[in-house]
Amino acid sequence: MSSHSVLISEPKVIPTSDSASRLARTWRQPSGFWGWFSNVHHTAIGTRYMVTAFIFFLLGGVLAAVMRLQLTRPENNVLGPDAYNQFFTVHGSTMIFLFAVPMMFQGFGVYLVPLVCGTRNIAFPRLAAFSYYLFLGGGLLLWIGLLTNTGADAGWFSYVPLAGPAFTPGKRADFWAQMITFTEVSALGTAICIAVTILRHRAPGMTLNRMPILLWEKLVISFMVIFAMPAVMVVSSMLLLDRLVSTQFFNPAVGGDALLYQHLFWFFGHPEVYIIFLPGTAIVSSLVPVFTRRHIFGYTLIVLSVVATGFLGFGVWVHHMFATGIPQMSASFFTAASLVIVIPTAVQFFCWIATVWNGRIQPKLPMLWLFGFFFVFLIGGLSGVMLASVPVDWQVHDTFFVVAHFHYVLIGGAVFPMFAGLYFWIPKITGRMMNSTLGHWHFWLFFIGFNLTFFTMHFLGLRGMPRRIYTYSPDMHWNALNVVATSGVAFMTAAILVFLANFFYSKKYGELAGDNPWAAGSLEWATASPPPHYNFLDLPTVNGREALWDAEPDQAIVVGLRDDVPEVLVTNSLDSDPEHKEETVGPSIWPFLTSITVSATFVGSIFTAWAIPYGAPFVVITLIGWLWPRGHSPMTREEAIEEYSHG
Amino acid sequence: MFTLSRIGGLSHLLAIYQASPLNPGRHSTLNPVAPQAGNIEWLYWVIFWICFGAFVITILVFFTGAARKYVRQATPLPPIKEHPADGIAAWFVGGAITVTVLSLFAVLFMSIITGKKVEGATAERNAVTIQVTGHQWWWEATYPNWQANLTVTTANEFHVPVGKKVVVLTNSNDVIHSFWAPNITGKRDLIPGYSSAFSFEVDKPGIYHGQCAEFCGLQHAHMGFSVVAEPEDQFAAWQNQQVAPAREPTTAEEIRGRTVFLTHACVMCHTIRGTDAGSRVGPDLTHMGSRRMIAAETLPNTRGALAGWILDPQRIKPGSRMTPNPMRPDDLQDLITYLESLQ
Repeated sequence: MSSHSVLISEPKVIPTSDSASRLARTWRQPSGFWGWFSNVHHTAIGTRYMVTAFIFFLLGGVLAAVMRLQLTRPENNVLGPDAYNQFFTVHGSTMIFLFAVPMMFQGFGVYLVPLVCGTRNIAFPRLAAFSYYLFLGGGLLLWIGLLTNTGADAGWFSYVPLAGPAFTPGKRADFWAQMITFTEVSALGTAICIAVTILRHRAPGMTLNRMPILLWEKLVISFMVIFAMPAVMVVSSMLLLDRLVSTQFFNPAVGGDALLYQHLFWFFGHPEVYIIFLPGTAIVSSLVPVFTRRHIFGYTLIVLSVVATGFLGFGVWVHHMFATGIPQMSASFFTAASLVIVIPTAVQFFCWIATVWNGRIQPKLPMLWLFGFFFVFLIGGLSGVMLASVPVDWQVHDTFFVVAHFHYVLIGGAVFPMFAGLYFWIPKITGRMMNSTLGHWHFWLFFIGFNLTFFTMHFLGLRGMPRRIYTYSPDMHWNALNVVATSGVAFMTAAILVFLANFFYSKKYGELAGDNPWAAGSLEWATASPPPHYNFLDLPTVNGREALWDAEPDQAIVVGLRDDVPEVLVTNSLDSDPEHKEETVGPSIWPFLTSITVSATFVGSIFTAWAIPYGAPFVVITLIGWLWPRGHSPMTREEAIEEYSHG
Repeated sequence: MFTLSRIGGLSHLLAIYQASPLNPGRHSTLNPVAPQAGNIEWLYWVIFWICFGAFVITILVFFTGAARKYVRQATPLPPIKEHPADGIAAWFVGGAITVTVLSLFAVLFMSIITGKKVEGATAERNAVTIQVTGHQWWWEATYPNWQANLTVTTANEFHVPVGKKVVVLTNSNDVIHSFWAPNITGKRDLIPGYSSAFSFEVDKPGIYHGQCAEFCGLQHAHMGFSVVAEPEDQFAAWQNQQVAPAREPTTAEEIRGRTVFLTHACVMCHTIRGTDAGSRVGPDLTHMGSRRMIAAETLPNTRGALAGWILDPQRIKPGSRMTPNPMRPDDLQDLITYLESLQ
């Protein structure tokens, strides 16, 4: 904590370009090979998350396309059962753990939250960097497993006893379980960074009731991650223990419990769905006001809905287990809870519709993707109402109907908003606009392909096709519908290629974006595109829910932060009053080195329990390096004398 | 129907029909033959129409709003804080929330009622009880009787009397499986360490298909079964036939076939009651000649299919627990003759 006082100054204190260059020097991130691994700025980490997660999205998509080819014809021979099982397991695990959460929560969150808060970096930047490396490590583990014929093959939820030592010998399930550990530690770390940034680093004036909905959602999601992820880490660790040191948590033969696994897994697994979907609604609630040119309708209702979803999301997990034979009475409780959670989502829908009705719509490309989201997610949400009903679920559970449902929910609730968000924020990230014509092609190809593939699956499920079968008999008459479903893949592949072409073309030749190409209202648009490493020359203050739209012509700025050390402003959680300023940490190689020792310990523990005692000292050593006190000012004595002798 | 579809020009039309929801299908949730599946289908359609209505209204309102407020102008309009009609919109939003809540209550209420109907009672005196045990990757069915010698054990083909209550007791020998015959009732997981019960009664005689619905490993796709619903007298006759020990071989080929069975690996896993073969690892073959299909509904029970299956099950069901059984052609032919004689 520094004793320098922070002032909210008159705007006429215009900083000199001298100040800009000093800030640039202070916040400079190192370059070069080792510099890349030392960078702790949130824009770099956020971009890495997005790029890495998008690559995993492409890889997971390739697996899906091959699986669709296999299912095109009955008794097809594109994939054998062993490869097919690895493909669908790695596809599901990749899309959930390596794409959806890292992209929607971590990628957008780490990049945007500090900018929308109006601060210079994320809280605990080294933890944020460390989280990214662990996520990457988990992804590499799963995919190296697949490429070395050790691909997980027990489904993305790896039910026991199938994933236990008796029925999945070898190391496949262990690779999966450790991938979970990697990605969940990563998500937990990021959740802490994001929650603290939102609670302690908001610009002065951005009180809780003026906080953009994006921040509300990220805050709720962070808490959901903090409460949900431990359950899955516990359950994957119990599975590892069963497999590695012969504990018997899940072995029914000696009193272990196969259903315990399902309870623990879904206690995480259902909040996870909202951890993926809420970032989508966060994007929708951020974009709708921009393209309807008005403040969002029903701000309070939307915020309450988001918070309610955060709580209710923890009360619906048993609807994944209706067919296990649990008593009707307990099942009905979870039907009720699953129907109640429809209400907050419906409320958000109604508020968006009211915003559109009482706004003036100026549709741009991101808005088109929001239309797609409306259409697709609505279908997914309504088929969810059907699935919440216990008897209907008894029929369609574990069929292609469910496959259709969750692709409508997850692609509708995450991928459509993601593309809306990418078209919206890529100009901020790269500084150049994306091409709108190519973006329209991308949308229509993807929208048509998606509906061809997944709408058809509803019929397949009703006609009795179970999920996760690698082949089927021609007598079942599922062939024609499967041909239709596979044909959609061609459209979606073309769509993604158009997007990639658009991205690389626009990154180089796109029209310059400027600070605020959409005339939007939140603070990330108050700085250059791409933002400098100090984010804002002058930290802004906020007057209303849409910071830029509500700003006075002579809106105050924050002065008094030093420009020769990386200082950030700390404000209080409720009213966002400045409390003190804090010197934040600069670039460091230690988070990367720590991630190496932690990864080595995790990977080693797939093979021997001794990896933990042997790995721990190395982890401690790297942590000591990470936490080594910085007991000196980056200024030399002479510089300090010069600095303070002016005043 | 399968042979018909090969006849030239009609085949396309037929394929379209078969793929469409119009085709009743012997493995479809939309073609119920039991009150359980019937009740669920009714509930499905009620909820479907509620959801369909909600979808149409929401999309119409949304896109009407979007079209009404469309502004064709490139430069961004100045943003507004609120709109004079926001007060009216609040009433509409409140109304929409009320309608949503009421519809959800209706869905909940009907679900609970239907759930009670489908679940019914499982402790009925008069019911036929079947103990179903899941194995990787086949189904064992036992019709328990208080007299041990009247207990029927068979595999993959469940015979039930029409119009009579059938209670299924679930169990699993290895991993989690799920018993699902969609024309009859919803699915129920077979979880090792947990036993549960459910019941149904089939109204219409026929052969209905079922399949494992919980991913259970390599051959999850080839874990089918059939439910043969027949009039009560036929069912009783079937039961009497199944209770009997295996038919004694009569011809020279059959006798040699039995010797082949008892001197090869077959005997390590299979039971044929009335012989020395008594292992319970694989399906009971005492009356395998009477079954329509083999290998959990994977192949028809014909000489050719059986030969292929015995010689190399791994080619047909890779990962299957049955090992390849290379043998001399005449041994194989006699073995098949014997197995087919086990009516």
